Amino acid sequence: MAEAHSTLVKEVVEQFGADRSRLMDIARALHGKLGHLSEDIIGEIADALGIHRVEVRDMVSFYAFLSRSPKGKTTIRLCNAVVERMNGADEIAQAFEEALGIRFGETTPDGAISLEYTPCMGMSDQPPSALVNGVPITGIRKADVPAIIDAIKKGGAVQSLPVAEIELNLRQSGPVIFAPMDRGAAVRRAVDMTPDEIIATMNTARLRGRGGAGFPLAMKWDFCRKAEGDAHYIICNADEGEPGTFKDRVILTEQPDLVFEGMTVAAFVIGAREGFLYLRAEYEYLLPHLEQVLARRRRLGLLGENICGREGFNFDIRIQLGAGAYICGEESALIESLEGKRGAPRDRPPFPVQKGYRNQPSSVNNVETLCCAARIMEKGAEWFSSIGTRDSTGAKLLSVSGDCERPGVYEVPYGATVATVLNMVGAEDAAAVQVGGPSGQCLAPRNFGRSISFEDIPTGGSFIVFGPQRNILESMHQFIEFFVEESCGWCVPCRVGAKHLDIIFRKILDGKGTRADYQQLEQVCMTVKTMSRCGLGQTAANPILTTMRNFPELYDALLQSDDFIPSFDLDKAIKEGCEITGRTPALEEHHV
Amino acid sequence: MSDKPVTFTIDGVEITAKAGQTILQAADDAGIYIPRLCYHPSLPPGGHCRLCTVKINGRPASSCTFPADEGLVVENDTEELNDHRRRIVEMLFVEGNHYCPTCEHSGNCELQAMAYRLGLLAPTLPYFRCERELDASHKDVYVDRDRCILCGRCARASREVDHKVVFGFEGRGVHKRISVDAPHNLGETNLAAADKAAEVCPTGCIMLKRKGFAIPVGQRKYDHEPIGSEIERSRSAK
Repeated sequence: MAEAHSTLVKEVVEQFGADRSRLMDIARALHGKLGHLSEDIIGEIADALGIHRVEVRDMVSFYAFLSRSPKGKTTIRLCNAVVERMNGADEIAQAFEEALGIRFGETTPDGAISLEYTPCMGMSDQPPSALVNGVPITGIRKADVPAIIDAIKKGGAVQSLPVAEIELNLRQSGPVIFAPMDRGAAVRRAVDMTPDEIIATMNTARLRGRGGAGFPLAMKWDFCRKAEGDAHYIICNADEGEPGTFKDRVILTEQPDLVFEGMTVAAFVIGAREGFLYLRAEYEYLLPHLEQVLARRRRLGLLGENICGREGFNFDIRIQLGAGAYICGEESALIESLEGKRGAPRDRPPFPVQKGYRNQPSSVNNVETLCCAARIMEKGAEWFSSIGTRDSTGAKLLSVSGDCERPGVYEVPYGATVATVLNMVGAEDAAAVQVGGPSGQCLAPRNFGRSISFEDIPTGGSFIVFGPQRNILESMHQFIEFFVEESCGWCVPCRVGAKHLDIIFRKILDGKGTRADYQQLEQVCMTVKTMSRCGLGQTAANPILTTMRNFPELYDALLQSDDFIPSFDLDKAIKEGCEITGRTPALEEHHV
Repeated sequence: MSDKPVTFTIDGVEITAKAGQTILQAADDAGIYIPRLCYHPSLPPGGHCRLCTVKINGRPASSCTFPADEGLVVENDTEELNDHRRRIVEMLFVEGNHYCPTCEHSGNCELQAMAYRLGLLAPTLPYFRCERELDASHKDVYVDRDRCILCGRCARASREVDHKVVFGFEGRGVHKRISVDAPHNLGETNLAAADKAAEVCPTGCIMLKRKGFAIPVGQRKYDHEPIGSEIERSRSAK
């Protein structure tokens, strides 16, 4: 057995050229074959790669989809994101537990099925959803559970079940992303121009990054192009992990050519021979389709050598799958992951445009940004900048979910107000809207006149509607739990501080919080925001900070007038002892 | 990073940095102390503890990683930053299990000394009450993870100075811990007592065996003056 595994490890490592930077692929491949990566296998991988065991363990132990202990033949990962829980995910969880006789985190005694939770998997428009060995199933009702388990037991054919049907829910397409495209037009136009002319075009279009931060694309490409290095890289960030967003999934399903077109234009500008599309593990099911599109582009001369007949313009794209880590959407963490390491962000400077992948100049761009760039090549900068506002040109894709009649993807010109969007999606009675996901802001009805734009409310596209029936602060607490789970742990304020936000906020939600607790919560929020190393930590307190600002009445209603309420629960602390001794102490006078 | 000397200010004091220095290094040379825990002068910076966060032209950044540059306006010793630093030290105390009165490292411990310097009286944040593993399998060195603050000095020292990679990390978020390059424990690694990795721990987590209480409590490094005094002394001498 051990020898067979040793041979298998060597084969897989060889398959990836014994290249240390392909550790993610090696680990994923072996995990797929063996079901988990034991300490022995970790040692074998290290030996075959000629690196240290602790380096392999460091990487493997970081990712949620890589397990170091045996799991069932099939793993059901039920999504427990906020929107999913608003739509009955807890009930579905219970149904799975009852049907299988195990709890989440456990495996059936016959080793057939494991139950796990997973954060937002990009299906918030069709909740509740789950991944069954990587195959997404959506719109799960309680009544579907027996059929799902039955299909798994009969050999894993969940693909044929109705729940395996993925809705596109493209509710409003616009001129920018989903309009018909002429394959290759943008690249042909690009090779007739100089890189400087293309950068000038992006500058005229005033295209800003769609990830949320809004960095001007022309500037990023220009920095990257001018940075000295042995090689330059273009990296497409398709690690769409912000809870409530799924527009990249729809783009990659409907318009993958536009994405690759944008990457190819970028490659021409910055001088890249190699590009990567970092695809989140939750979208692995899209891989065969994307590989087909890449193969067709190679056949058409849109990738490979001398692209579009341009002598010396050689470029190709590799798709890198992730393994379940929200932090890898942060560009420097993504690069670390792409190099086969734990997804820990880097300190800046240097920025990725100076020292990125393999310490070479790299431009990391959002899926939607690259689509916009391709469209600008096709239709011109003036056309693009005529859409939207002065500082936010073009349109934004919104992933709308939650309490609305028509969840799905909407292309909305920048400058649209929140109220306009709510009207569009059938959510006129919204009590709150979370714009930009947990790292964004929670808006109250009095804020609905504000606009989706870089100058007012910047967003990566997540737009979660809370109806009047919802307990908004409970959802905010779930967002905080998400950050605790997804913090990489590198720096103290995020690793420890996020957990403190969870604990203190929970105390307040349980009706045991005083003004002093509120004040402490606010202070910890500010420490986490100010002192954290990367965007995750710097925004992790936003669910609390933005509700403190926009929904003060919800906190007022929860806070107690006592000077101090202990977080220590005496009854809970002595419960086990009481059960063992069969006695309860006479402590009544000490009870609060 | 600049290839020639640059001049910038920290809290209004003008200082000159040598080519290639970070803000923290330049501050040290100028006798201005910026609190830090994961930084060690003979190792590359880690950026873990964030205590050395300063405001650079108004924006927070870790001074141990940020290159000094001409004209930067740096804020360091401000009430706001020191409040955040105190809270971070508090977070470290409640994240692990730090029993100062019985710890051999008390008085030499940088975490304890930093708490004193920043005026942390008693933690008010809830304790995590975690269970951490003690590894005493090595003949000369033990690792008491109760006291680990995940500064990563041991990992950097082992890689950069000892060229061994005895230590690394595993897990993520609150589950992150120090890991050793062996199937089971430290005793199986090639760590030597004389290694830099065994020397650089700021707390009592990685300790040499049979060296206990060589210097009596009361005569230890931070028993008489606050941490950072050695740096600040060079300024008052100028």
